[in-house]
Amino acid sequence: MMEKSRRSFLKVAGIAAIGLGTAPAMNFAALDSHGTAQPVKKKNENALHAKRWGMVIYIDKVDNRIAKKISNACHVQHNVPDFTHEVDTQKFPNTRPVNPDQEIKWLWKEKFHYAFPDKEDEFLAEKFHHLPFMVLCNHCKDAPCVQACPTQATFSREDGIVLMDFHRCIGCRFCMAACPYGSRSFNFRDPRPFIAQIDPDFPVRSKGVVEKCNLCAERLAKGELPHCVEASEGALVVGDLEDPESEIREILRDNYSIRRKQSLGTEPSVYYIV
Amino acid sequence: MTNKWIVTGLAVFVLAVLSPFWFNMVTTTQAAPEPELLGRAKEARKCVLDKYDMRANHMSLLDEWRDAVVRDADRIYVAANGKSFHMSLSTGENSCLGCHEDKAKFCDSCHTYTSVEPYCWECHTNPKEIE
Repeated sequence: MMEKSRRSFLKVAGIAAIGLGTAPAMNFAALDSHGTAQPVKKKNENALHAKRWGMVIYIDKVDNRIAKKISNACHVQHNVPDFTHEVDTQKFPNTRPVNPDQEIKWLWKEKFHYAFPDKEDEFLAEKFHHLPFMVLCNHCKDAPCVQACPTQATFSREDGIVLMDFHRCIGCRFCMAACPYGSRSFNFRDPRPFIAQIDPDFPVRSKGVVEKCNLCAERLAKGELPHCVEASEGALVVGDLEDPESEIREILRDNYSIRRKQSLGTEPSVYYIV
Repeated sequence: MTNKWIVTGLAVFVLAVLSPFWFNMVTTTQAAPEPELLGRAKEARKCVLDKYDMRANHMSLLDEWRDAVVRDADRIYVAANGKSFHMSLSTGENSCLGCHEDKAKFCDSCHTYTSVEPYCWECHTNPKEIE
C-alpha cells in the first residue's frame, strides 16, 4: 500500500476542487460563444391598438336587412352554428333533433323592450317598438363574467376586450349566470353538423364550451376592423373609448347615447345612439 | 444440496424478470415513424426550434404560443434562429400547417404511434380538409 500523508491528500483534494469549479465556467463560456439570442413574441406591425375598445351603434341606420347582414357576417366567419341549417346526414349520421332553446349567437337583433327593459316607458316613441336593436357582448369595464369564471378562461384583456380562452373553459356556465345581457351561449352539442361551411381561419368550438363575441380580436391583430363593422354600412363604429381624440369619442360627444342596464354598474362599452 | 436449488431458483427468477427483453428479441416491432418533411418545410429546413428540441418540446411551445396569442395578443414569434413565424396551428402561410402541409404525415403518424391523442383538431381546422 502506498503511504499517504496528510499533505499529499490535501494537495490532491485541492486540485480536484479546482477541477470541479471549471465545469460550470466552461459551460458558461460555451453558451456565450453560441450567442444567447432569445426568441421574441410580438404583435403584427399593422395591428390596431386601443386603451379600451368600445362600439357605437346608430339605431336609425340599422334596418332588418342590415341587421341580418351584420349577424350573418359575424356568425359565418366565426363558425357559429346555425341550428336551422339542414344537417348533412351522410357526414353526420345520428344527429339528435335540435332544441331551439340551445341556440348559439354572438351578435343578433333584439326588440327594444328586451334589450333595454329598464327604459321601457309607458308612452314610448312608436319607432322603438319596431327597430331592430343589435345586441352583443358589451365588453364591460367591470365584467361580472370575468369575476365569475373559476378558471380565468374569461378575462379582461389589456385593451378592454372581454375575451375567452376556449381552451380553458370547463363549461360550468357561471359566466352565463353572471352576464346580465345574455351575451353568452353554451355548446350543448358538437356544433360542426350545423356549420354550413367551416372557415379554417377561426376555430370551431367543441361541446361543453361557452362562447360569445370577441370583438374580432383576431382581426384587430391583423389591422382589420371587425366583421360586423365592415358589414354594417356605417351603422357600427369601433374605436378607443379612452382616447378623447378618437372618432368614437367624437360621436359620443355630439350625440345622445344609451347603454344597456347601465344601473348595474358593469360599465358596458357598447353605446346606442337613439 | 440446498445450494443447487437456490442457484436454479435464481436462474429462473432472472429469466422471468428479463422476460420483456427476451420477448422483444424474438418478436419484431414497428420502427417509430419519422415525421416526413414535404413541400415548403423540406425547402426551409429551419423550424422554430432545433430538430431535437422541437421533437421533445413542441407541446410546451404550442402551449406558450396559445397563451401569447390569446392573452397578450402577440401573434408573431421571432425564433432564436432569427426566422419569424405566425403563432398559429393552421392559419396563414407561416403557421405550423402552412409550412408542414401534410398533417397526416407530420402530426398524426407519430401521435398515432405513441397513442397520443391531442384534441387540437376538435376545434382547429386543417385548411386542407375543407372541400
